[in-house]
Amino acid sequence: MSRQPSAFHKSAVVVSNLRRAYGDRIVIDRLNLRIGEGEFVALLGESGCGKTTLLRALAGLDPIQGGSVEVPGRPAVVFQEHRLLPWDTLWRNVTLGLRAADARERAAAALGEVGLGDRLDDWPRNLSGGQAQRVALARALVQEPKLLLLDEPFAALDALTRIRMHGLVKDLVARHHPGALLVTHDVDEAIRLADRILVMRKGVIADEHRPSAEKDASVLRADLLRALGVGSEREAA
Amino acid sequence: MSSTLQIVAEGTSYAPVPSARIRLGKNALLLISWLVPAALLVLWEVLARFGSIEPHVMPAPSKVLATAYNLTVSGTLLHDLSVSLLRAAIGFAIGGGIGFALGILVGLSRLAEAVVDRTVQMVRAIPFLALLPLVIVWFGVGEAQKIFLVALGVAFPIYINTTLGIRQVDPKLIELGRVQGLGTWELIRRIILPGAMPSILTGVRFSLATAWLALVVAETIGAQAGLGFLAMDAREFLRTDIIVLAIVIYALIGVGADSLARLLERRLLKWHPNYGARP
Repeated sequence: MSRQPSAFHKSAVVVSNLRRAYGDRIVIDRLNLRIGEGEFVALLGESGCGKTTLLRALAGLDPIQGGSVEVPGRPAVVFQEHRLLPWDTLWRNVTLGLRAADARERAAAALGEVGLGDRLDDWPRNLSGGQAQRVALARALVQEPKLLLLDEPFAALDALTRIRMHGLVKDLVARHHPGALLVTHDVDEAIRLADRILVMRKGVIADEHRPSAEKDASVLRADLLRALGVGSEREAA
Repeated sequence: MSSTLQIVAEGTSYAPVPSARIRLGKNALLLISWLVPAALLVLWEVLARFGSIEPHVMPAPSKVLATAYNLTVSGTLLHDLSVSLLRAAIGFAIGGGIGFALGILVGLSRLAEAVVDRTVQMVRAIPFLALLPLVIVWFGVGEAQKIFLVALGVAFPIYINTTLGIRQVDPKLIELGRVQGLGTWELIRRIILPGAMPSILTGVRFSLATAWLALVVAETIGAQAGLGFLAMDAREFLRTDIIVLAIVIYALIGVGADSLARLLERRLLKWHPNYGARP
């Protein structure tokens, strides 16, 4: 029942025997997980398997009923919705919670990184869905987090915007090097972005895969789909 | 080929249907909307001038205007007006402050809601003007009675709309505030108050109207100065011109207060698509 900054240098996140229940319903049952420093982990699983619950536990948003969660400092979260404050300009949004004298400069740099460097004083209502989500990414990264939590951040975007966002996230994570946990439904997204892919089922991590050079992406894709219970016999073969 | 073209041509060409109604431009309609009250004013002037209406029943508009000029020159009008405005401002500040503070407290804390809300809602069920005899017993007919009545009228709309506004703040944004590491005070200042602001300003608008109504009633009873005193004093001498003048000024200040509230909305809600000026 503890939550403290990690003392490990190798692991950014250490979760051991985590238990989380809503009343009688156990959502996460004795789950163990490590995420290395700078490691990008994707978490797949069908709806209701507990993957968002796990992410919320790492973010410190929900109380846990057992086990322990160690995270480095304060994790940054990008949600499915952009959650920009409509009453603040973009740079004010990006620096929400940031305690720094040069906040505006840092916001300018962060917005520049997501390709919105000329929109500091613009309002959220003038942004497209993809742009708003890019500002949300800038808001997460300006805090220089050691752990970045992504809760289906591209699910509401159109297919083309999503592909562009994948490239952007890959670049940003490579540059800032936080440990990252991406919760997603999208198998291809997981393969494209992650160093390691976990499949969650009934409150535990049931399967683990590593996209790598020696394994063909289509084979991995078929494996993952089978692990999620949607792979056909032909795809498996 | 040619027949196809013909069909297309027939399909796309049609005669304009003549409208049976008279079409008026926007400016013409605007003109009419102003002409009607202007015509009524002229009618009133004519009837009053040529004796169809007794002067002690209804004075001519020109007479009211002349009275306004005379009272302004003598300084009486400005003095009474400033006394009234000061009462309204003090009452508004006290009532608004209490309503706002309680509203914030109840909006943020379930415990505060349990302690305060039911009682406030019960007191609110009383039409506040019905308290007038009691208020006179408590405070007499001095300044305190007038300020109390205004404050009472103001506090409820502000309280209710502040609580409502805070309840309607998107919980997802509050969660975001926690993720970004905001402290309680920062959370209130950066997320809860701005999110509640549209509702709070609606409360301010309502309360300005109530404040004015409370002031009129309070001043009509036992005042030594103020617009209400001006009107009641004039009644003794059947000076209907002064009475009508006081009524018109009450109306003008009501309009002014509403414009002030709308100006506040445009300033504070410039981010809001329904209020602010679009970029």
